[in-house]
Amino acid sequence: MASKPRVRVPKKAKAGDIITIKSLISHKMETGQRKDKKTGEKIPRLIINKFVCKFNGNVVFSSDWHPAVSANPYMAFSYKVVESGEFEFTWTDDAGETVSKKAKLTVS
Amino acid sequence: MKKTEFSRRTALELIGGGVVTALLAGTFATSAQADAKLLAEAIKKAVGEGAMKEGKITLDLPEIAENGNTVPVGVSVDSPMTDADYVKSVHLFAEKNPAADVASIHFTPASGVAKAALRIRMAGTQNIVAVAEMSDGTLYTAKKLVKVTIGGCGG
Repeated sequence: MASKPRVRVPKKAKAGDIITIKSLISHKMETGQRKDKKTGEKIPRLIINKFVCKFNGNVVFSSDWHPAVSANPYMAFSYKVVESGEFEFTWTDDAGETVSKKAKLTVS
Repeated sequence: MKKTEFSRRTALELIGGGVVTALLAGTFATSAQADAKLLAEAIKKAVGEGAMKEGKITLDLPEIAENGNTVPVGVSVDSPMTDADYVKSVHLFAEKNPAADVASIHFTPASGVAKAALRIRMAGTQNIVAVAEMSDGTLYTAKKLVKVTIGGCGG
């Protein structure tokens, strides 16, 4: 279900800088409240319920999502730069499907 | 004669109107109580029953949201964000949504500042409530009313 993970991270930063990271992923985020117009049956819930951002293997930010998070969820947050390394972003949905995306950061 | 009839009708309409208004007020009151109960339960589930103070949290929300399917929310909490004193989590709630929980955001001292933004669904005009959990266990809360023109929970 989840596709096209996108993240915006500066490629270079100075130690001590606070950078803003923006993320976006395509997902319907089916709430479980909607009904199928033809059959009248409820469409089962299928949302991304967990978003995690790691830097060099350590969790630096995470979020639990409920059905009230919009379709194609967007998340922006901050990170204080210490050293060069790699971010790894992971989205997990109700079906257990995970999508990951990596981004490198160089400290100049 | 005609005049009295008019006044009778007017009187009846007035009484009828009064009853309808009272009934509506009654249903609104009960649904508001139910919403408040759901909200209290959701908050209890997320952070327990600790006392909450007002302040520290800034909620950045539009006053009027045209489309309830995607309402931008920005939240920031005043904190030094050091290993000894930082914001652990911010929980967001919408009291009139089918489920009050919206999202829980977990920060770490590596965040630098406790600030995040996302987009949420809102079923209708209502308060958005934020509860911040600090590293020492203290709780802060803030709320903001958002008017929603078209609700976003599908039907």
